[in-house]
Amino acid sequence: MAQLRVGLAQINPVLGDVQRNLQTHLEFIRKAREQEVQLLCFPELSLTGYLLKDLVRDVAIAADANRPTMAELLAASQDMDVLVGFVEADSRHRFFISAAYLSQGQILHVHRKLYLPTYGMFEEGRYWAAGSRLGAFDTRFGRFGVLICEDFWHMSSAYALWQDGADVLLLISASPGRGLSPEAALGSSRSVEVMNQMYATFLTDFVLHCNRVGFEDGLNFWGGSTVFGPDGKLIAQAPYFEESLLTTTLDLNALRRVRVQLPLLRDERPTLVYGELRRILRSSSAVP
Amino acid sequence: MDIASKLMLNTEVTRRVLVQFLRHELQRFGFRKAVLNLSGGVDSSLSCFLTAEAMGPDNVLVLLLPYRSSAPESAAHAEQVVALTGVQSKTMDITPMVEPYFEQHPEISDVRRGNVMARMRMIALYDHSVVWNGLPIGTSNKTELLLGYGTLFGDMACAVNPLGDLYKTQVRQMARAVGVPEAIIQKPPSADLWVGQTDEGELGFAYAEVDKLLYLLVDERYTADEAIAEGFDAQFVTTVVRRVQAFQFKRMPPIIAKVSRRDVGHDFLYPRDWGT
Repeated sequence: MAQLRVGLAQINPVLGDVQRNLQTHLEFIRKAREQEVQLLCFPELSLTGYLLKDLVRDVAIAADANRPTMAELLAASQDMDVLVGFVEADSRHRFFISAAYLSQGQILHVHRKLYLPTYGMFEEGRYWAAGSRLGAFDTRFGRFGVLICEDFWHMSSAYALWQDGADVLLLISASPGRGLSPEAALGSSRSVEVMNQMYATFLTDFVLHCNRVGFEDGLNFWGGSTVFGPDGKLIAQAPYFEESLLTTTLDLNALRRVRVQLPLLRDERPTLVYGELRRILRSSSAVP
Repeated sequence: MDIASKLMLNTEVTRRVLVQFLRHELQRFGFRKAVLNLSGGVDSSLSCFLTAEAMGPDNVLVLLLPYRSSAPESAAHAEQVVALTGVQSKTMDITPMVEPYFEQHPEISDVRRGNVMARMRMIALYDHSVVWNGLPIGTSNKTELLLGYGTLFGDMACAVNPLGDLYKTQVRQMARAVGVPEAIIQKPPSADLWVGQTDEGELGFAYAEVDKLLYLLVDERYTADEAIAEGFDAQFVTTVVRRVQAFQFKRMPPIIAKVSRRDVGHDFLYPRDWGT
């Protein structure tokens, strides 16, 4: 399949209200269906909002197809693949910032956020358990990888997904806007845009980034969701700060054309990296 | 390093964030209206312009609350802002409200009198918040908050504050961009609590200077020694660092003595926007 219609649902979730957010999801899925979208991504914690603090325990759901919220989303995923962000509770009462990839009524993949920022304005380490698995997965459109916000501030995460075969990276976030300057974008927006473009360029992958909008406790979420092609060029961008549905068509054949011209994937030497990392970690001079 | 240029901001992006912030935060609490105290200074004038843009001028009530010694130009400037923004306004002289207290305390100092007046204005603000059914909007900027230059439970009291992360020099940039009259932007900042009071006279340094220092210490996480190496006077740096530290209490809710397993101050941690 050479063409893939994708959508980024740049929504403003209601803090702690899963039912209302579910309705927003179903509404965006309906709108995306009108535009013949085949894969629709929602932002980090799209079903709950971000700054939950002690609400984490109240809005958690299991990654279980039989739970009502998940069941409704799965029903809506019969003809369109959907990536949603939610609070996942495991059977032992740990809570994760998770993203579920739903396809044809099945939960195809769940990614649990690996890196929990606990510095400056962030206090995720206080409320959440960190995920411990990083892997690409096969979909009916190709092999994808999912990362959540702080995960992609660690370039090893994207690198690992690339080595695991991901041709399309789905990055989702609830990124608070900050950093004033004379520039027409906030500093945090610029950083994330540069990062996404860098991944697309260096990995010769499609890189989709879905960010949310809205305000929570004085934090603004800046939106500006992007789609970059494997040549590192911007394909589409949603507006800053406004709720919107960004849709575009990916020409998956571009992966072949770009990688023939620029065979970074062919020439990459993960075994070298692995060996050197092992040596570095074993050596006494390594950072503990 | 050209620190002044680091304080320059894109007024359009900032305006967009602040206006949307006001609109979203008020709406999520079920409010369509807002109320604020307008002194005729640059901070409250900017708050007034932003709030009028966010909620529509008909939904904004500003209170003009002069005292008998207030500078006449303060009221004139406030009236100009009311006319330019089209907000609703109400003027109440606080003199007969605060004088009886002053009469009972003949030894009262300027600072105490100033605090009583600031708190009287807070009472008027919160009372009209009920009558007007609007949330009280703040006017304290980042410089004032960091230096503790404000009256606790007085002019610092509000429900939402659009200016709290803007240094005074950034407030001036924003004020110019939204159309606050130049005379208001240019005049020496003053709490106008007694005749001849100016912020810079009372603080002992200029906003333009202290903003640059605070930017390095707070935003860029410079140590005091690094700021001195950057060219700031050592005594000035020490004074400012001590001041920021001394007034931390004004920026925090009261401390609660923890005795239970879960208390309001330490581990009952819900977002302010809980349930909205």
